[in-house]
Amino acid sequence: MEKLSGAEMVVRALQDEGVEIIFGYPGGAVLHIYDALFQQDKVQHILVRHEQAATHAADGYARATGKPGVVLVTSGPGATNAVTGIATAYMDSIPMVVLSGQVRSDWIGDDAFQETDMVGICRPIVKHSFSVRNVEDIPEMVKKAFYIATTGRPGPVLIDIPKDKTSPLVKLPYEYPKKVKMRSYSPVARGHSGQIRKAVDEMMKARRPVIYAGGGVILGEGSEHLTKLARLLNFPVTNTLMGLGAYPGSDKQFLGMLGMHGTYEANMVMHSSDLIVAVGARFDDRVTNHTQKFCPGATIIHIDVDPATISKNVRADVPIVGPVKQVLEDMVAMVEESAERPDEKALERWWQEIQGWREYHGLRYETNGDGPMKPQQVVEALYRATRGDAYVTSDVGQHQMFAAQFYKFDKPRRWINSGGLGTMGFGLPSAMGVQFAFPNATVACVTGEGSIQMNIQELSTCLQYGLPIKIININNQALGMVRQWQDMQYGGRHSQSYMDSLPDFVRLAEAYGHVGMRVDRIEDLDAAMEKAFSLKDRLVFMDIYVDPSEHVYPMHIADGAMRDMWLSKTERT
Amino acid sequence: MRRIISILMENEPGALSRVVGLFSQRGYNIETLTVAPTEDKTLSRLTLTTFGDDRQIERITKNLNKLIEVVKLVDLTEGAHIERELMLCKVKATGAQRAEVKRTVDIFRGQIVDVTSSVYTVQLAGTSDKLDAFIGTIGDAQVLEVVRTGVSGIARGEKVLSI
Ligand SMILES: Cc1cc2nc3c(=O)[nH]c(=O)nc-3n(C[C@H](O)[C@H](O)[C@H](O)COP(=O)(O)OP(=O)(O)OC[C@H]3O[C@@H](n4cnc5c(N)ncnc54)[C@H](O)[C@@H]3O)c2cc1C
Ligand SMILES: Cc1ncc(C[n+]2csc(CCOP(=O)(O)OP(=O)(O)O)c2C)c(N)n1
Ligand SMILES: [Mg+2]
Repeated sequence: MEKLSGAEMVVRALQDEGVEIIFGYPGGAVLHIYDALFQQDKVQHILVRHEQAATHAADGYARATGKPGVVLVTSGPGATNAVTGIATAYMDSIPMVVLSGQVRSDWIGDDAFQETDMVGICRPIVKHSFSVRNVEDIPEMVKKAFYIATTGRPGPVLIDIPKDKTSPLVKLPYEYPKKVKMRSYSPVARGHSGQIRKAVDEMMKARRPVIYAGGGVILGEGSEHLTKLARLLNFPVTNTLMGLGAYPGSDKQFLGMLGMHGTYEANMVMHSSDLIVAVGARFDDRVTNHTQKFCPGATIIHIDVDPATISKNVRADVPIVGPVKQVLEDMVAMVEESAERPDEKALERWWQEIQGWREYHGLRYETNGDGPMKPQQVVEALYRATRGDAYVTSDVGQHQMFAAQFYKFDKPRRWINSGGLGTMGFGLPSAMGVQFAFPNATVACVTGEGSIQMNIQELSTCLQYGLPIKIININNQALGMVRQWQDMQYGGRHSQSYMDSLPDFVRLAEAYGHVGMRVDRIEDLDAAMEKAFSLKDRLVFMDIYVDPSEHVYPMHIADGAMRDMWLSKTERT
Repeated sequence: MRRIISILMENEPGALSRVVGLFSQRGYNIETLTVAPTEDKTLSRLTLTTFGDDRQIERITKNLNKLIEVVKLVDLTEGAHIERELMLCKVKATGAQRAEVKRTVDIFRGQIVDVTSSVYTVQLAGTSDKLDAFIGTIGDAQVLEVVRTGVSGIARGEKVLSI
């Protein structure tokens, strides 16, 4: 058998796992691994400018492709810089494997140079973690890490590697395991057929049904079957922020996003429904509003691979633990075989009622005429310029919500944002990950002047690798989302939410070797967008000045039911 | 309500801290905790007692089950079970008290496992309530030091927790 050092084993195991790209940053504890990387060309290493960006880039890559993202960082500060990105991936159930260097094993615990207890720090934000104790364990550990990260409810897995375990002086036999079996880990492979039958029976009885589909449908590749089921039954569909694209956004059965900033119709439908089919969604507090007032008349079917999410926030009447794809497939088959259908008359009345809600509000907003443009107009222009077919990543804030509301995603894995942790600084590095996965695709990063400055150093990485990302900086000269809350709940006292001394983003982009464009007037917007997207091989930073006083609506009224919303600064339900 | 949760898990470094982390993160207290390898050296049996309502316990057991190293888990308080805790206790024993302490130890079916001219070391096994009762009877003033193992438990009858 071939003999390899620990460092060579790490790299070879990545190759054997089929990893093509990793994102990282070197340092003392991982130099043996970097040396092994240098001597091969199967795994491409992308050098970011900050370890947080490495994790977000790997995360964006994973969200766009469905394949696990891989990160390599050094011990101490390299590892701690990665923590925010690991937590971001954890909250959104993104498959990721993070390799962190560690000080020599005989120095651990003695405050050695650049030592941090990374396994300890990450315990609550990883699906699992490993620490290498024997060089010969490396291949199996890597295999297990990928297996755990990508199966069941996906999530990040950490492997902490003391430097002495990668030493080129110790060479041991290497063989990559073909399979892993773990007695203590076996994700549910199939939903219970009796429960699935029960759920289908409930669907046939429903008179005011709704499908509430989340990120799990995208993670579990269930979009096709979801769409089939919804069309077969003529049920309305709403998506969570994480589920956008799981059901075609421009379809007539689609209600838009639900929740805190969901559409009026989606929230009204949820509240008035008699059956909620929750698929790969976790009844997050940004969705339910007050759980005791949540959808009082609804029977709840809940499909999720993770039993711990079922009945966590809202009690399920028909729980189904299983992967979305198989469960939906079985449901489609059962409905197709059955002669029974839900009451057509009742559904027709339901759709009429829904139409009424749609006409009542939709996503109205007022434009300013000659005054400053509205952020919503920017997203609509982006939609037009990209023919609705771009990969859109986002940062966190008002711009994120406007993008979610106004860009209609027709395909899964096109909308890439941090929902669970809400990490400002996610947008640009995740766009890098997407662009690496799909070099010829149109990738836009919708951001704000606050968020973009949290990882702006990555403009340098983009130049190094020639990533033609289009940055859409919706510049409202404020931490808009914070400011909105201060307007609504703190008497307009804008404590620290004003972005003063903004850089000239155009010159900044140019200094990094990219194209910068500034847009101030609505009449220039479409032409500027067309121009930016016509520059196929350049990164363009569009700094677009918008009305700083705009709020995101609808917005749930705190502690109310789903139907309790502000619809504008003055109207409420 | 008091619960006894018994867990079969991989005998690996780090496993215990993950279990404990789930409790501390949620601000739940662990009253007692014991852990030792089983007849199969690769597996540990961990028993802990805690307080919580049905909802809290359901959430915590679901999350314990999600831990990669946890192989199996049972809430013993859901069925008939046997629980035992071992206590070693140093008790002042001088003059007339020596006989008195000895009598109490006999009533509780304990054993005196070490003796000096002024101190008895008592070993006592039983439910936690019984150990509490013993200390209550001897009286705080007489008790010099107490060390308890925490609760171990096992289901009654044919039911076994194994892989
Ligand atoms: C500023 C801000 C505002 C927000 N406002 C809103 C809002 O208005 N509306 C909104 O919806 N969200 C909003 N969010 C996002 C919110 O915080 C949550 O991240 C989001 O609601 C969770 O989406 P989800 O329920 O689809 O679950 P996800 O986090 O996507 O979780 C996926 C679920 O699917 C399950 N799953 C995974 N794989 C499978 C599989 N193969 N089979 C079955 N199940 C699987 C998982 O176990 C998990 O339960 C906001 C976030 C921010 C930052
Ligand atoms: C790292 C981080 N810090 C703080 C916050 C809290 N926060 C949420 S939105 C927001 C403002 C974002 O400002 P900007 O990027 O300009 O977006 P806008 O809301 O103005 O569109 C802040 C500070 C966060 N989500 N992430
Ligand atoms: Mg802003």
